[in-house]
Amino acid sequence: MSQNKRPDGRATSQLRPISIRLGVNKNADGSCFLEWGKNTVVATVNGPRPIFPKHLADQTKAVIDYKYRMACFSVSERKSPVPGKRDKEISLVSGHALEAAVMVEQFPNTVIDVNVLILSADAGTRVAALTAASLAAADAGLPMRGLVSAVAAGRANGELILDLNKEDEDTPDAVDMATAFLMPQRELVLLQMDGCVNKKDCSKILETALKGAEVVYELQKKALVEKYPMDGEIQ
Amino acid sequence: MSDIDMIKVINAEKAKKLFEQSKRADNRGLLDIRKLDIKKGVMNSADGSAWVKLGNTEVIAGVKFAVGTPYPDSPDEGTIVVNLEMSGIASADIDTGPPSIEAMEYGRVVDRVIRSSECIDFKGLSIVTNEKSFIMYVDCYTINADGNIIDATQYAAMAALLDTRIPKLDESNNIVPKEYTEQKLKINKDKLAVSFTFGKYKDKLILDTTEIEDLATETRFTVGVCGDNIVAYHKGGGKGTFKIEEINKIMDIATAKYQDIKNKICDEQ
Repeated sequence: MSQNKRPDGRATSQLRPISIRLGVNKNADGSCFLEWGKNTVVATVNGPRPIFPKHLADQTKAVIDYKYRMACFSVSERKSPVPGKRDKEISLVSGHALEAAVMVEQFPNTVIDVNVLILSADAGTRVAALTAASLAAADAGLPMRGLVSAVAAGRANGELILDLNKEDEDTPDAVDMATAFLMPQRELVLLQMDGCVNKKDCSKILETALKGAEVVYELQKKALVEKYPMDGEIQ
Repeated sequence: MSDIDMIKVINAEKAKKLFEQSKRADNRGLLDIRKLDIKKGVMNSADGSAWVKLGNTEVIAGVKFAVGTPYPDSPDEGTIVVNLEMSGIASADIDTGPPSIEAMEYGRVVDRVIRSSECIDFKGLSIVTNEKSFIMYVDCYTINADGNIIDATQYAAMAALLDTRIPKLDESNNIVPKEYTEQKLKINKDKLAVSFTFGKYKDKLILDTTEIEDLATETRFTVGVCGDNIVAYHKGGGKGTFKIEEINKIMDIATAKYQDIKNKICDEQ
């Protein structure tokens, strides 16, 4: 991959700056405030707790109720506060992704509420949201197999790139692939893509995404160790 | 789930055991697609329609044109909206009421597969730049649900679009009901979009799952293919995970199956 600069000065495989703060919300069991370039996200996790109405309960595991919402002012044209199909679909697939990380089978007949609010959006909000939600779940002390490290990769102006911003995403040949990996296992828990791209580039984009997710994972671990100092290293 | 259908649970357990030996209850190989039957032009009232039978899964798709305002970022293009409804007709397990989240998810996946494929000439659906353009509503109904609703819906939507005639417009650019131009909707058949949905159980990939097999698999992955290109990815269906190598394998299997399914969708009976 070439190291050409992009409009915002980043190299092709460079992430936007990411800053993470844990435990920002006093009412929640776990919470995370995350800034990812011009994306701003707050995530909270509550539970496990009894589920209502009871017919929603699963006797084999906790249900993860993931709610992805965008603030009306988070995008250039005011977004309606009513959650649309996009919000619901993202909530569904992100919930599944988080289920792969949290040991939900330990809490049958309960619900774990995950709420994510996008305060400011600049492409890649679903991956920023999931990265934050996974940290909030860890902050809530839930038993987990690993962290979910999410990142988007794709193509803009003929270049395969990591972490598309709005400007990259609006190019005519843009391909946007949202990925989330269960780390450190490197297993895909979320994968969505649209755009027209050949098989070889598809594989390359996935590899790029994995490299990006590894960087995100390191940042996540750093944030956790900062809040919960410990001797030795997290695997 | 408070009400569990034990017979389905037992059959799903059987399916899991069969998967481990790379077998299936209906004697298919893990990567075989069920018998696919497509009939086009099945409804008079629609501008284009198709009825798809994929094994026991049946989906009807109908296209209706409307005139609307183009999106500001594509002022000279029309657009397409794919909707899926899974009603009580399709299965005793589906409640009546507002569309389920799964129906919405499936509909959006089909929408993305077709939209990203560039097989439809959206510029040809423009009426007056910046002011008016056609919106094609592709409404799909599950008539009988027996797994793999996504692919059955995608094939039905694509076939219905191939059957679609463009309506006549009056002087003020409104649609004249039941009158059509000589023109059919232009579709680039070389770039026809076809989706393939895989289930996964342990390390086995299973193509075109039935309802029972859906209960047995741990997760699901849909890939949209258009010629030699990939146009969409969607991982859905639960907490199972995929390795990158598995995604690459899925792409190879899907592209190898592409021509066969594409020909069936294009086929004129």
